[in-house]
Amino acid sequence: MLEITHLIKSYGDAAPVLKDLHLKVEGEQVVSVIGSSGAGKSTLLRCINRLVEPTSGSIVLNGTEFTTLGKRELRTARRRIGMVFQSFNLVDRLTVMENVQSGRLGYISTWAALTRNYPKDDIRRAFELMERVGIAQYANKRTDELSGGERQRVGVVRALMQRPEILLADEPTASLDPKTSEQIMGLLRDLASELNLPVIINIHNVGEAKEYSDRIVGMRYGKIIFDDLPAALGTEEMDAIYSGTPADERPSMGAAA
Amino acid sequence: MTNQTTLDSWARYTPQQRFQRYAAFALAALTISWSLSSIDVIWAWVWDAPEQMLDLFSRMIPPDPRNLPSILEAIWQTINIATLATAIAVVVSLPVAYIAAQNTTPNRLALWLGRFILVSSRSVNTIIWALLFVAIFGPGIIAGIVAIMFRSIGFLGKLLGEAIEEIDPKPIEALEACGASRFKVVLYGIVPQVAPAFFAIAILRWDINLQESTVLGLVGAGGIGVILQGAIDTFNWPEVAMVLLTILALVVLGEMISSKLRSKIL
Repeated sequence: MLEITHLIKSYGDAAPVLKDLHLKVEGEQVVSVIGSSGAGKSTLLRCINRLVEPTSGSIVLNGTEFTTLGKRELRTARRRIGMVFQSFNLVDRLTVMENVQSGRLGYISTWAALTRNYPKDDIRRAFELMERVGIAQYANKRTDELSGGERQRVGVVRALMQRPEILLADEPTASLDPKTSEQIMGLLRDLASELNLPVIINIHNVGEAKEYSDRIVGMRYGKIIFDDLPAALGTEEMDAIYSGTPADERPSMGAAA
Repeated sequence: MTNQTTLDSWARYTPQQRFQRYAAFALAALTISWSLSSIDVIWAWVWDAPEQMLDLFSRMIPPDPRNLPSILEAIWQTINIATLATAIAVVVSLPVAYIAAQNTTPNRLALWLGRFILVSSRSVNTIIWALLFVAIFGPGIIAGIVAIMFRSIGFLGKLLGEAIEEIDPKPIEALEACGASRFKVVLYGIVPQVAPAFFAIAILRWDINLQESTVLGLVGAGGIGVILQGAIDTFNWPEVAMVLLTILALVVLGEMISSKLRSKIL
């Protein structure tokens, strides 16, 4: 279970990007976070594994408080959070297998990493997962030879190799065509239930968000102004999340809460 | 002010502009004549040069191959100086490049230390390094290797550091999110991205070092330059010609090998 309380993130003296957020995600829930650009979706996700350092507040994953971890502890703790990125963030010049195994870098020895001498268990699991998402035949190909959808599958498998307790996906389909995009969303939903894994997805496409998630969180100017089942997201709520100016913030919050 | 007074007259410049241009020409001419007068040229020797050149050339022909075995041995030594020095410099320049690159340096102090090493290595010419190391190690091949190495570290470190600064930071972010240690991030995120640049830079430097190590002998730091110097000192022009031809062959060969390697690796 992930529990975020009183999360604030501000850069310098500017107005905070995240304003006192509360969010609780448990079970094998697929949670989609929607909101216009600059609403703070990406910052929220990156605060969870501290790729972005939160200013204050608390983030607890299955009993571990993340915000107070030291450098070394944070590294160990990050193994428990898988992350999938908009631009896949693969190492192009490495093979698919090497990219997939890089999800295990937090576990294996430096020597094993250097010599590519991966543990048998990791290799077996890599092939299972690659088989599951349909990229096992590319194991020895360089990732820059793959198509966008295939590359995102590599990204997903890399994250799952960590045996994470939660999966974060930052706009995982934004650089894909609509058809591939739906396949990836379907894959994330199915994997969530197969692996009993909660998934938080930042997404622009509200249609996909409604279709593939169990719960929708709407963000606006660093606040969560909607948090409910997909079916509860109507026109009025959409207006509140996507239109208006900072001055309208209070009334729209009132409407959605 | 207009240049167009009547329909049949036109001038590119206004009188004022024309005056400024003549003034600039005059100033340039003055500067050149002043610098010529200050360097004390013996003009008789300059006018004499074509004749001397022909004379020297005729003395060089035909090149004398009798000393070829020792010339080839010295060439082999030259190749070894260049190759060994490049290899060592490549290894040493890796950590220097790492701390001198903005995005990988551990802290400001390391950044400045790295930059200091690069600048001091690059601001001293190989021959001057060689003079220095001949004084330290005595004449011979070791001084040559160390001199070439010291000059190469700056070159390799700077270019490699720039390659590190140009990498895509996104995969690095992903590897950090996996919980990989700094060293593993370097292994999996940075090394694959800079590898092509690394090989290209190392081959280029080897090519340059091959040429630079031919002159090391002039200051007693080993290689083919020792024989060249000896031949010039004893006015043995046919042998000088032979040495120059061999150096030419070496440089062409080095060029061929390095372009072949480059096309193979990239």
